[in-house]
Amino acid sequence: MKRLLLVLALLPALAYAQIVTRDGVTLTQAQETRAEAIGDQLRCLVCQNESIEGSSAALAHQLRVIIRQQVVQGVSNKDIMAYMVQRYGIFVLLKPPLSPLTWLLYASPFIALALGFGAAWIARFSRPPPPAPLSAAEQERLQKLMNS
Amino acid sequence: MTLRRRLLFAAPLAVVAAGGAGFYAILRRMQAQNYDPHALPSPLIGHKPPAFTLPGLNGGPGFSNTDLIAPPRPMLVNWFASWCIPCAQEAGLLYALAQAGLPIWGIAYEDKPEAISNYLGQYGNPFQRLATDESGLTAINWGVYGVPETYLIDKSGIVRWRWAGAITDDVLQNRLNPLLAQYS
Repeated sequence: MKRLLLVLALLPALAYAQIVTRDGVTLTQAQETRAEAIGDQLRCLVCQNESIEGSSAALAHQLRVIIRQQVVQGVSNKDIMAYMVQRYGIFVLLKPPLSPLTWLLYASPFIALALGFGAAWIARFSRPPPPAPLSAAEQERLQKLMNS
Repeated sequence: MTLRRRLLFAAPLAVVAAGGAGFYAILRRMQAQNYDPHALPSPLIGHKPPAFTLPGLNGGPGFSNTDLIAPPRPMLVNWFASWCIPCAQEAGLLYALAQAGLPIWGIAYEDKPEAISNYLGQYGNPFQRLATDESGLTAINWGVYGVPETYLIDKSGIVRWRWAGAITDDVLQNRLNPLLAQYS
């Protein structure tokens, strides 16, 4: 009975260790999940708004194969990313790192916010002062005009 | 309306006009095939090409990265394929450059030997040396993401320029020729 329970408890692990074949590479489901996570973060160089995982371009297929082969070989995620950046530059990363080249990109929301506040500030404090209140004579004239 | 108000009203119009002028300039340059907004800067620039050894066509001699270490004069390495339309568009210009004495080495990308032979027979062979990358794996190490791509290698074997797409007269005059003069 204990043995049966142990087997039942380990059943979900089987799904995790399941062998799959993607893009011609055979790997475990865990490795495939890792490979997909990496490919999702990489830009397809051919159709530049798609990820390597999502693209049907031939180059994207080749890169998917390379990622899976490296995952099977036990290469770390960081090293696989470095492999891609070394060949294609940081443009291959869908989320580029903060660097002198990208600081304007990351700073742009804050710059836009600052510009908006600046414009509001200027508008608020550069309004012409309200006209001086009417003198007694002017009040009287106004009354007359309104009554007539 | 005060002058200040008028300026405020004119500001958005000026921004739109400036944006329009910018887009127009980009479109003009794209039409002249002098600018490609999808082109990427190559990380190979400033470095030697990665290690590779590729076979030639039909068992002929190919070449390897060690053959590119110290060319006697600046040279081009052109990645091409018989199935690639912009390659055929630039073929005439490459042939003329080769005739004028510029060394050009070719690497056929993911192509079959017979198709390469037919292509070179049809458009002329501008290549001093020819290698074939049938698997496309060397191309990945170079960071090639399409064909044609052309790399300028200086006398110390360092990549100085990469052009993705066909080389046109405009690209030759405004980009390649000044670089050839600079590195010769």
